[in-house]
Amino acid sequence: MQSKFSHYAARVIGLGRKGCDVVEALGRATVFLAQSAVGVPSREGWSLWLRQMHFVGVLSLAIVLVSGLFIGMVLALQGYTILVDFGAEQALGQMVALSLLRELAPVVAALLFAGRAGSALTAEIGLMKATEQLTSMEMIGVDPLRRVVAPRLWAGFVALPILTVGFSVVGIWGGYLVGVEWLGVFEGSYWSNMQASVSFIDDIGNGMIKSVVFALVVTWIAVFQGYDLVPTSEGISRATTRTVVYSSLAVLGLDFVLTAVMFGGL
Amino acid sequence: MKRSKTMEFGVGLFMLAGIVGLVFLGLRVSGLTLSAPSDTFRLEANFANIGGLKPRARVTMAGVTVGRVEAIELDTEWYDARVTLSLNSELEGQLSQDTTAAILTAGLLGEQYIGLSVGGAPEMLQEGDVIRDTQSALVLEELIQQFVSNMVSN
Repeated sequence: MQSKFSHYAARVIGLGRKGCDVVEALGRATVFLAQSAVGVPSREGWSLWLRQMHFVGVLSLAIVLVSGLFIGMVLALQGYTILVDFGAEQALGQMVALSLLRELAPVVAALLFAGRAGSALTAEIGLMKATEQLTSMEMIGVDPLRRVVAPRLWAGFVALPILTVGFSVVGIWGGYLVGVEWLGVFEGSYWSNMQASVSFIDDIGNGMIKSVVFALVVTWIAVFQGYDLVPTSEGISRATTRTVVYSSLAVLGLDFVLTAVMFGGL
Repeated sequence: MKRSKTMEFGVGLFMLAGIVGLVFLGLRVSGLTLSAPSDTFRLEANFANIGGLKPRARVTMAGVTVGRVEAIELDTEWYDARVTLSLNSELEGQLSQDTTAAILTAGLLGEQYIGLSVGGAPEMLQEGDVIRDTQSALVLEELIQQFVSNMVSN
């Protein structure tokens, strides 16, 4: 009886320890974010930011644009086969544009960004930590948060919204290719229905807000996982996986919350 | 140094592409126009029932879009709907006093919009005037009710 009780007590203790760990990690992550995001960037910080921007933004452009093109084309194709039954294929432009601007572009671009750039950020910072480069920096009086983390963080914040815009534009163009050029929807109604139903503030603006939030969350998770990992080769691989999993879950979960607030009339 | 310049150029292009994309979305997709809002003038119209009319709905004349619905509110004096229309300023002083406004439906399931048709009175509608002659939205339930009561009385 006594042993059974202590067994349960040990379980509860384990649960409590896990809870404390989670809260502690959240606190560490918040302090980490605050410490790295503040501070006026110097001339040198600017060029560091530029280099990260190139890696995180410019080099992600290809995958994001190609995905956007195909998603726009698939949306138009699927939408056409459904709408044509109701004789409403003129509404194709509206459907493609609204689904891209409100949901697909921010979410899919963020997921791709987490896979392409987020995992790389984690692995890079993680390897720096494992090879004790971060510690050496501290030794010679350079703040690794400023030098390594902040440029990556800011590059991510700026790059993802731009990638999202590109995704939407290319997706709408892909929808145009399939809907108008291939399936023969009247070009005028494709654009005019779109213009009549898309509002700049409500649809494009809210989509951009979503994308800024996702950028913040994905980049934050990526650099924090890199900075906070166990400095072994196994730790790096675990942290890289965690980055992709956590960012994807966070993006999808936050997307629901943001949609409920923006469009659900909460 | 050279390598850094090309990188700067790439990043600059990337950010420029973002701005151009946003402008494209604004102008081409959401139909924002850069013209000042002073290009329109306002009329009001009271309807007994607006059905499913929404703000931003089209206002047409002979099928041509000439403006949009600016606001819809309840007129507590008469308990009907007061709809504010904003029309192209070209039409200011061109619409006669007895212009009629009707709420129409685009297709069977389509959105509702307002159709204007001109009358023949010599006086013209000016900014802020009220269109007297209006025709409410067709509500399917009322139509069926009428049809049934006609059948019964016959």
